[in-house]
Amino acid sequence: MKIKQLSIFLENKKGRMRNALDVLADAGFNIRALSIADTSDFGILRLIVPKPDEAREILEKNNFVVKAGYVIAVEMSDQPGGLSTILGILDDSDINLDYLYAFVDEKEERAIVLLHPEDIDAGVEALLKRGATMIPSEDVYNW
Amino acid sequence: MIWNDEIECMAHDELKKLQLKRLQDVVKRAYETVPYYKKRFDEAGIKPEDIKTLDDIQKLPFTTKDDLRRAYPFGMFAVPRREIVEVHTSSGTTGKPTVSGYTKEDIKIWSEVMARGLTMFGVTEDDIIQNTHGYGLFTGGFGVHYGAQHIGATVIPISTGQTRRQIEIMKDFGTTILIVTPSYGLYLAEVAEEEGVESSDLNLNSIGFGAEMWTEQMRQKLQNRFNSPAYNIYGLTEIMGPGIALECPEQDGLHVMEDHFYPEIIDSETMEVLKDEEKGELVLTTLTRHGMPIIRFRTKDITKLRRGTCPCGRTLIKMERITGRTDDMLKIRGVAVFPSQIEKALLKMDGIEPHYQIIATRPQHLDELEVQVETSPQLFSDEVKELVGIKKKIEQFIYDEIGLRVNVTLVEPKTLPRSEGKAVRVIDKREL
Repeated sequence: MKIKQLSIFLENKKGRMRNALDVLADAGFNIRALSIADTSDFGILRLIVPKPDEAREILEKNNFVVKAGYVIAVEMSDQPGGLSTILGILDDSDINLDYLYAFVDEKEERAIVLLHPEDIDAGVEALLKRGATMIPSEDVYNW
Repeated sequence: MIWNDEIECMAHDELKKLQLKRLQDVVKRAYETVPYYKKRFDEAGIKPEDIKTLDDIQKLPFTTKDDLRRAYPFGMFAVPRREIVEVHTSSGTTGKPTVSGYTKEDIKIWSEVMARGLTMFGVTEDDIIQNTHGYGLFTGGFGVHYGAQHIGATVIPISTGQTRRQIEIMKDFGTTILIVTPSYGLYLAEVAEEEGVESSDLNLNSIGFGAEMWTEQMRQKLQNRFNSPAYNIYGLTEIMGPGIALECPEQDGLHVMEDHFYPEIIDSETMEVLKDEEKGELVLTTLTRHGMPIIRFRTKDITKLRRGTCPCGRTLIKMERITGRTDDMLKIRGVAVFPSQIEKALLKMDGIEPHYQIIATRPQHLDELEVQVETSPQLFSDEVKELVGIKKKIEQFIYDEIGLRVNVTLVEPKTLPRSEGKAVRVIDKREL
């Protein structure tokens, strides 16, 4: 149920994000989903790529600091209120969310949200109990 | 092992007699042969005959780097130029450099003091010394070279740079002693790691390091990464070069070669001579140097002296490691800040790399201090709030050390400049 995500430390400077993405491009990694958290002097680039362990190794070889963690991918109805329904489940279960990012899976014509709750296992449990559609990692990597 | 038992373990009374005799001699020679000293002594109303005890040295005027600079190039020589067999200069970052001249006899003294020091590190004629100090006008390379050859060890005069080749040679030649600046030593360790060279692939017995500021934590890192003890070498070009004072296996202060270099500690504001164990500016007088006697040179290095018999058996006075320089001291909003304090604070954080840079700016008439620190896998977190917390924690550690709020910036690994020599730790953009 959990999807491996890579987080990369970036200085908030011109060209830094591109450098990281070039490393992945040169190694033939196609990014499935991405988001960036930024502050005035640094940013955290979060990525979903197939073969995350290999991607991490290549990034580290190129002097990037990388951390691997997990997020949950949940399908939502691509219409007004779709995300709100999912968040409602977490809210009802008193689960705090650190961050999320969303995108549309064109092949399947569905919207997907990647969630990072404070307590990921509690998040999975609550979503399952309320019948949310979780997307397994193989599917995410093969979009 | 002690290279020169007679001198290094001499009773203090005996040593004082020797020092007085040599002081009287050098003051007389300086007065009679160097116009600068004649003028300065006359102005102060001092004659060489007035030096009757060691304490009388306090009657003599100080010599500063500016005085030496004004004598550029050969104005401080006490012998005809043809008797000088070698010259060195200190790095002249501001204006003209200062020139140091050596006679054949001076080179012998230099070899002797460095041989004593290298013997403290365990060097014998069986050793192979990889000397990464630069050979050239800088005294570091030659000083180590002369001492090692005097002992009869094998010297690899590789100088600084060509870092990958250094590691290859270390491995292939079976280097037993490595001579580095602390920052270059850490850089070498980093590259060795990249090349997959473990300390067990090397044959190192000890490391000698000098020529820049260091902290005990930095020594520990160097020792851990190379798995061998590291000892400090102190010296300065104006006086001789490396070999003024060196650390014995106790790693608790450096023995000053006080039969050749007479140390005093002064309060750099009042110029008053301080007692043993009191911290202040180190002032050195060459007791035996022929080519260029230096009387009461203000080193701007801050340390203190400690008298007593060392567990290693030596009686030579010890100075503690240099904890700052009166001139690389940063004044930030009126507060004196030494880079070594910031380093000490940084090394309290687990997982921090000893590569940092301090940037002083004055955006709106108020000093700001930025400390750039490289992120490491241990420091990094996926969460913004945690990273901000780490940054705040480092800022707090620095605050505890220097009493000032600074701005810590986390930068990407291996983006701060690595030194191949003296590390540039401080960038002062305030144009003071």
